[in-house]
Amino acid sequence: MSGPLLKVEELVKHYPLCGGLFNKDPLVVRAVESVSFSVEAGETLCIVGESGCGKSTIARLLMRLGDPTGGRVLLEGTDIASLNKYELRNWRRRMQMVFQDPYSSLNPRLTAGQIITEPVENFERLGRKRREALAAELLQKVGLAPEIMHRLPSELSGGQRQRLGIARALSLKPSIIVADEAVSALDVSVQAQILNLLVDLQEQTGVSFVFISHDLGVVEHIGDRVAVMYLGRIVELGTCEALFANPMHPYTEALIAAAPVPDPTQARSEVPVEGEVPSPVSPPSGCAFHPRCPLAQERCRVEVPKLTPMPDGRTVACHVRATAEV
Amino acid sequence: MISSANIDAVPTTPLGLSNLPRLARRYPLVLLGGGLLMLLIILALAAPLYAGDPQNMDPFVRLQPPSAEHWFGTDNLGRDVFARTVYGARISMMVGLISALLAACTGLLMGVVAGYVHRFDNVIMRVMDALMSIPTILLAIALISLTGPGIGILIVAVTLPQTPSVTRLVRSVVVSVRERPYVEAAVCGGARLPKVLRRHILPSTIPPLMVQSAIVCADAIMIEAGLSFLGVGVPPEIPSWGNMISSSRVYLASAPLTIFAPGIFLTLTVLAVNLLGDGLRDLFDPRAKRRR
Repeated sequence: MSGPLLKVEELVKHYPLCGGLFNKDPLVVRAVESVSFSVEAGETLCIVGESGCGKSTIARLLMRLGDPTGGRVLLEGTDIASLNKYELRNWRRRMQMVFQDPYSSLNPRLTAGQIITEPVENFERLGRKRREALAAELLQKVGLAPEIMHRLPSELSGGQRQRLGIARALSLKPSIIVADEAVSALDVSVQAQILNLLVDLQEQTGVSFVFISHDLGVVEHIGDRVAVMYLGRIVELGTCEALFANPMHPYTEALIAAAPVPDPTQARSEVPVEGEVPSPVSPPSGCAFHPRCPLAQERCRVEVPKLTPMPDGRTVACHVRATAEV
Repeated sequence: MISSANIDAVPTTPLGLSNLPRLARRYPLVLLGGGLLMLLIILALAAPLYAGDPQNMDPFVRLQPPSAEHWFGTDNLGRDVFARTVYGARISMMVGLISALLAACTGLLMGVVAGYVHRFDNVIMRVMDALMSIPTILLAIALISLTGPGIGILIVAVTLPQTPSVTRLVRSVVVSVRERPYVEAAVCGGARLPKVLRRHILPSTIPPLMVQSAIVCADAIMIEAGLSFLGVGVPPEIPSWGNMISSSRVYLASAPLTIFAPGIFLTLTVLAVNLLGDGLRDLFDPRAKRRR
């Protein structure tokens, strides 16, 4: 098959706000504004950004837990966003999700074994023997003891629960897994274990990840390519090494500078970013970042910057940096 | 009135006969209420085995005090009050249990549809609001005047005003559960709607539904007694606690047991059902238990 595994084109999601019966032109939250990216087989694409920038909305749209306002989500060339629910069910096997909260994403009334084998049982009948064998296999894959299959989620730790969530996502042997803040609810030491597990699983099965996080340290560890989001738009997208070594968009610069470095002797470059994130209900004109940008020019206030390809392969949406570079 | 059973609580004690003593210590109300209710049901069902004919009139023994032959004495037509009381239990139990079952079933169906299918939410809930605004007794009188007295129409008349409370309860649980990540995870895993409902949403509605059903049952028994007292309930030839109290009220001074016997049984039954309901609430909600 040619072309990328997952291709997202001009994805848009607006949430209507208090759309009343008599209010003809209701306010909308512009959660995602024309986002495009692609994911190759076996690759990890990270999406970073601060809270409320639309990361989780993208995850939900990829999984079709909500319908996009516009744009296409092409999985192996098929538009997920236009499928009806019967067609969609079969495509669900190809794309699975790991949820943020390992507590509320597992049904408290089901045993670990029931939880992780349920997706498979949605598509084929399993006898008791085969179900238990499958559960044991999946548990071993994510580094849990098979004996755990008869326990309830309430009897497991946060890390164990998140491993169950990963096992559930793996059960259908998907070609892509969307992980929405999959480690943010865990302790730092457990985070590292789960991240290593994800890397190992990728090596074994060749699964692609769309890894959504706000934690740059995590992203640097796991990502092949990184997309940086600000107010519903991707502002910079490039390989992990290039982007962390040499951020081009002023927002990426500020984000990386703000991340704590575990080395007190290392001098930190201060990038001044002032103010708060504007509301996605009424985003600023032109470049959404211009009110806080130290480099802002007249043009930034008027014209929305497009993602422009750079010589090193990345794309940046910034009038100042994109033109300076060329 | 709206019970607040915790929808996430999973009973930690398996409900089996083998750990009855442990259950009794932890949830005495369930056993007390349930036991009393069971006793009354058995008493009602076995009535033909030990009690005489409740219809048998004997004008020569009118308004007798209790004796070996008539344990609770006789009423104004010389009928055995004990026999009438235990036969009356059949009506009360039947109306109470069937109404609770019917209200639970329709309430569950309506509540799930309203809670899960956004399109029907407003329609169903406004109909329920309308139903709630009709006075219970008035609705019953209107319905029964359409068809004439009978047990079937009585049960319908008692059930109808009880469904909104169950529907609201179920809907609120469904609305809060359907947004849970584990339900979304099930959808992502390719589960079809019936399975999502059966496996992930309905189990959360069962504990509050059981508690509410007990309340509905107690209410239904009271309403039936009230309607029969007013003469619009069961036909007068069938003994029921309501019409027994009604027909004997003028003889309160001369034969008090003719009123007290059905009255005390009515109180006991409603008490038993309410105790069971309270007990179930404690059973399903560990937090309510601890607060005491």
